[in-house]
Amino acid sequence: MTSSSTPSSISPWHIAPVGDRSLIVEFGQAVEPVVNATVRSFARELLDEPIAGIVDVVPAFTTVAVHYRPEFFAEGASPYDVLRRRLDALLARGIRHHDEDARTVEIPVCYGGEFGPDLQEVAAACGLQTEEVIARHVASQHLVYMLGFAPGFPYIGGLDPSLAVPRRSTPRTRIPAGSVAIARDQTSIYSLETPGGWNVIGRTPLKLFDAVAESPCLLRPGDRIRFVPASADIFGNAEVAR
Amino acid sequence: MSRIEVIKPGALSLLQDRGRHGYQHLGVVVGGAMDEWSHRCANALLGNEEDEATLEITLMGPSLLFHEAQEIALCGANLSARIGEAELPMNRAVLVRAGARLDFGKRIDGMRSYLAVRGGFAVPGVMDSRSTYVRGAFGGLQGRALKKGDVLEVGGVPPVSAASAARLGDADFIEIHQPEVHAPAIALRTEGPAPVRVIAGQQWALFTDEAQQAFMQAEFRISPQSDRMGFRLEGPVLERRHAMEMISEGVAFGTVQVPPDGQPIVLMADRQTTGGYPKIACVASVDLPLVAQLAPQEALRFEPILLEAAQALYLERERALGRLRSLVRAAGEAQ
Repeated sequence: MTSSSTPSSISPWHIAPVGDRSLIVEFGQAVEPVVNATVRSFARELLDEPIAGIVDVVPAFTTVAVHYRPEFFAEGASPYDVLRRRLDALLARGIRHHDEDARTVEIPVCYGGEFGPDLQEVAAACGLQTEEVIARHVASQHLVYMLGFAPGFPYIGGLDPSLAVPRRSTPRTRIPAGSVAIARDQTSIYSLETPGGWNVIGRTPLKLFDAVAESPCLLRPGDRIRFVPASADIFGNAEVAR
Repeated sequence: MSRIEVIKPGALSLLQDRGRHGYQHLGVVVGGAMDEWSHRCANALLGNEEDEATLEITLMGPSLLFHEAQEIALCGANLSARIGEAELPMNRAVLVRAGARLDFGKRIDGMRSYLAVRGGFAVPGVMDSRSTYVRGAFGGLQGRALKKGDVLEVGGVPPVSAASAARLGDADFIEIHQPEVHAPAIALRTEGPAPVRVIAGQQWALFTDEAQQAFMQAEFRISPQSDRMGFRLEGPVLERRHAMEMISEGVAFGTVQVPPDGQPIVLMADRQTTGGYPKIACVASVDLPLVAQLAPQEALRFEPILLEAAQALYLERERALGRLRSLVRAAGEAQ
C-alpha cells in the first residue's frame, strides 16, 4: 500500500558522526510534520533497500541515525567518509515520499480514575475541567513522529497547546503498559511497564508491543491517531478487579 | 543434543549475542554482550557463527554441570573458573568430559566472563536475536537470567563423538588446540584508572572550557547505580555554556551523554534507542570492552582520539579476529 511518487529534492541535510560506528543525518531543527515526513521517507528507503553493512536505521523527530559496521566500508578512505559520501549521493538524488501518512489508528482510552491518576492535576494546572481536558485531547490532531524510549513507545505530536504541562518533577517508578500520558506538546502510550515522568491521563487495553508477533509494534511513525473515550469495561472484569 | 544443567545460577547469568539489530526503528533495544570482543573471541575459538549466543556471567559465576562431553571456551573477566580442582584455562578451546562441573570463585579482574559452547545455546530467536532483554522479558532463556534447575541445550552441531571424548582419558578436560590458537584477549587492568579513548560528540562545544578540560583530565568513578543500560559516572560536574533544549535522536553504544546534573552517563548494551541529552563524546569501539569490564567504584580516565584513528584501530582488531578464525579453521582441518 506504499505508493511512491518520483524522487523530490529536499532541503539541505547535514551528516555528523556519532562515535565510530554510527552517524546522524539531520533534516532540520524544528519538530514539524514536513521535516518529519522527510525523515520517515529517508528511513523507509534505507530499510526497504538495505545497504550491506548498515545494521540499524533510527528515524527520530528531525534526524535519521544510521548504525553501521565499519568493515563494510573500508575501501580507501575512512569508513565514515565512505558511507557519508554514499548517503550524500543518495540524498542528492532526492527522496521518494512514501504515502504512509494515510493510516489512522483508533485507540480506545479509559480516561481518569485509577487508569489516569494525573488527569485531575493536569486539569488543575491547565485551569480546565477534566471533561474539557479529555475533549481537547480527543480533538487534537495526533501524529506519531517516532518510536523510541522503549520498544513500540510512540512519541505523538499535535497535542492541543492548552494542555501543555511539564513532565512530573518526580517520575513514577512504575507506569503500567497501556498508560496514555502527556508532557509538553506530546502524548505517548507506555508500551511496557517502566518508570516514567509523563502525566498519566488514561489507559488503553491495546497492546503497543508484542515481541513474538509478526508485526511487533501496533503503531509506526507517520500514523495519525484518534483517541476514543471508553468506559472501564474495555479492560474486562479481570482488569477491573485487579 | 547435549545439555548443561544449572546447579547454581550466579548473580546475573544471561544469554547474549551480538544484539538485536534491525529493529531499532521500532524502539527495540539492541542489547547483546556488554563486552562484544570477549563474546566474539569465545565463539571464534570454537568455530561458531558470529551470532551464536554465549553466556554472559557477571561477577559471581554460576555452577554448571555438563551432562555430555562438550567443547567450551571462556573469555573476558577472570572469575577463577575451575573444573573440579583444576583451573579452567581462559581464552582457549577446551573439551570437558561428561559429568564435569564448572564453578567460579574469586574475581581476579574484569566484571563479565563469556562462556561459549560449540554449536551455540539452542534457544529460540526473538526478532532475529537470542539476546536476553530482561526489562522487556523476552529473548534468551524465557527473557530472564538463569535460575537453579534450568537446563541449557546445545544445538547446531552433533554431540562430541565417543572417539573424541576418549581423548580425555581420565582428565576432566583437555585443551583442544596447540598453544598458538588462543584468543587475543584485551588486558584488563586491575589498578589505576582505565584509559578510555573517546571521540568528541556533537555537543562537545556546548560544554564550558572548564568542563571540556575536566572531562579529559579528571578521573571518573563508575557509580553503583550502573547497569547493562548505562554506566553513571561520578566526577567533576560538567557545566554547559548555556541551556539547550535537545530534540531526541538516535544514540550509540558508548555515547557519553550529560544530563542536567552534569554527571556523565556512558550508554551501554541495553541503552534506549534514542536520547535527549547532550552528547559530549563517544567511547571508541575498541575501548568499549574495557569499560564493560569495569566494576562499580572503579575509575576511568578519558583520552581524546580522532574518528579516523578510532576506525583504523577498529579495523585492525577485526583483522586480529579474522586471524583467530583462520587459525581455528586450520587446526580443525588438521585434526
